[in-house]
Amino acid sequence: MVPQSPALVVVVPLISAFLTLLLGWWRKGLSYPITIIALSLSFLASMHCLYTVLTTGTIHYYLGTWEPPWGIEYVVDHLNGFILVIVSFVSLMVAISSRRVVEKELPEKIVYFYTLFLLQVTGFLGIVITGDMFNLYVFLEIASLAGYALIAVGEDGAPFASFNYLIFGTIGACFYLLGVGYLYISTGSLNMADLAEILPALYQSKVLMVAFAFFLVGVSLKMALFPLHVWLPDAYTYAPSAVSALLAPLMTKVGAYVMIRILFTVFEPRFSMELIPATTILGWMAAGAILFGALLALAQSDVKRMLAYILVGEVGYIALGVGLANRNGLTGAILHILNDSIMMLALFLIVAAIMYRSGNREIPSLRYMHRRMPFTMATLVIAGLSVIGIPPTCGFFSKWYLVLGSIDANKWVFVAVLLISSLLNVILFFRVIENAYLEPREEEAHEGVEAVVAIEEAPLSLLLPILIAGAGILSLGVLSGEIIASVIRFAIPAGF
Amino acid sequence: MFDFILSKYNYWIYIILMMIGFYAMIGKKNLVKKIIGINIFQTAIILFFVSTAAKKGGTLPIIEHAHGHGSHAVEAASYINPLPHVLMLTAIVVMVSTLGVALAIAIQIYRRYNTLEEDEILEQRKWSHNLLR
Repeated sequence: MVPQSPALVVVVPLISAFLTLLLGWWRKGLSYPITIIALSLSFLASMHCLYTVLTTGTIHYYLGTWEPPWGIEYVVDHLNGFILVIVSFVSLMVAISSRRVVEKELPEKIVYFYTLFLLQVTGFLGIVITGDMFNLYVFLEIASLAGYALIAVGEDGAPFASFNYLIFGTIGACFYLLGVGYLYISTGSLNMADLAEILPALYQSKVLMVAFAFFLVGVSLKMALFPLHVWLPDAYTYAPSAVSALLAPLMTKVGAYVMIRILFTVFEPRFSMELIPATTILGWMAAGAILFGALLALAQSDVKRMLAYILVGEVGYIALGVGLANRNGLTGAILHILNDSIMMLALFLIVAAIMYRSGNREIPSLRYMHRRMPFTMATLVIAGLSVIGIPPTCGFFSKWYLVLGSIDANKWVFVAVLLISSLLNVILFFRVIENAYLEPREEEAHEGVEAVVAIEEAPLSLLLPILIAGAGILSLGVLSGEIIASVIRFAIPAGF
Repeated sequence: MFDFILSKYNYWIYIILMMIGFYAMIGKKNLVKKIIGINIFQTAIILFFVSTAAKKGGTLPIIEHAHGHGSHAVEAASYINPLPHVLMLTAIVVMVSTLGVALAIAIQIYRRYNTLEEDEILEQRKWSHNLLR
């Protein structure tokens, strides 16, 4: 078991996906426990990978014992070991929470839902763990195809949103594939470590510049970086609650990981920063994403749609850290991958809980919510404070590093953008919290039925992950110093 | 100049096909035409990869029964590179599954809106949105 853990991370959910389908035809009720067991095993395996990396260094796993330049290699270093744990933890939490939600929203399709869910997670884990460019493309497509199908089964409007996502996603994946092709014709290799050794001699070649441009656009499409985010708000608003809770924290983060890998591991920082001003462009796109996401979120009255626009802004934070391309900026970006996954997990699960109990997501309809769902709403406040960036919560620390990085890079505009977006987030979340917590004005209270609202919390399977995520936001904030010192410090790509 | 185009004609065809597919995906209003665009785009990529592997006068990359017989016959210049072909086999699988998912979603859309024209769907969606308010 132990030396095989890198393979098990991916193989267990993959095989369980087929097992779920086969056993699900026989007994519908089996699909949920199989999913939970598979994702728990995958989580344990990725924990073991991270532990091995922390104690003994980078793991190289040769699939079928074919050696790297020819065979496919799984590489776990500090960066992707860290992200593996995030991905498998978040997907386990969403799987636990999905029980009642899926029974209510998709009663006919439970078995297929869990099959696709596991394939989706397989795709994410594969993208993160692989050390081979073409293998990454295959996993990217597994994740995307499962995502299109999962989104399409949502509420009214979901199929159309999913179709738009499919068009954009396919363009992104095809561009990525073309990039792989251009790299292959100039180097004859598909292995990331091998490419990183061969490429520096060819940095003047125009073919590499074309490949790099294809990668940048393709990955930006997949991670929904402004202005290529247009597919995201619709797709994540209309998707079933459990699907948005899985995709929103992970798809964009995995895309951000791929971007960091290509910019700083496959190509050297020297290439991405000096030979092509890619990081500068990325920084400005990110600044646009942060402002634009927050401003458009202000215009929404649907909570889930508002969160989708906030997510566009959050992608901007990560891209900004990458675009700053200095030590503090990258620390902020990698820390924000962790923090934002937990924050988005909490927020989208809360929306799932609100939908489960009231069936309505408009902000004004949140009245009396703090009496009906006290714990869920308390977590909403914590997550909101974290998105704004108030000190004890984790969101503060990643923003702090991003601000430090902007100052180091002498880009005061970005400092201003970060502060303005924090202020906009204050407005966004206080609008929600005001509606959920404040009592209606007196004249309204007299008109309506007297407020006797019984506590009607979300079901335990849903409440538990929400509370864990809420506790996670607080404890990650407290522990962020430790996390940076023990993991992220080593995860920053060489050359910074 | 003309020689330059003619000698690399397969790459030019790849670029033209890719642009046709790209235009259909972005510009066309009909969902089925968009799906056809996806297919043309992906086929163009396959043409590109296979072109990169091709060699004038190259033979099959099989050692047994090859020209010159035996393992000493391995001479990269005279064999067509098999790797891009293998990659494209995988890409074809991805392409077929994308097509399947896209068609399934298009069927869902047709059942809901009774049309596959994007502007008519947007019109209906706007209308139902206003009704809800």
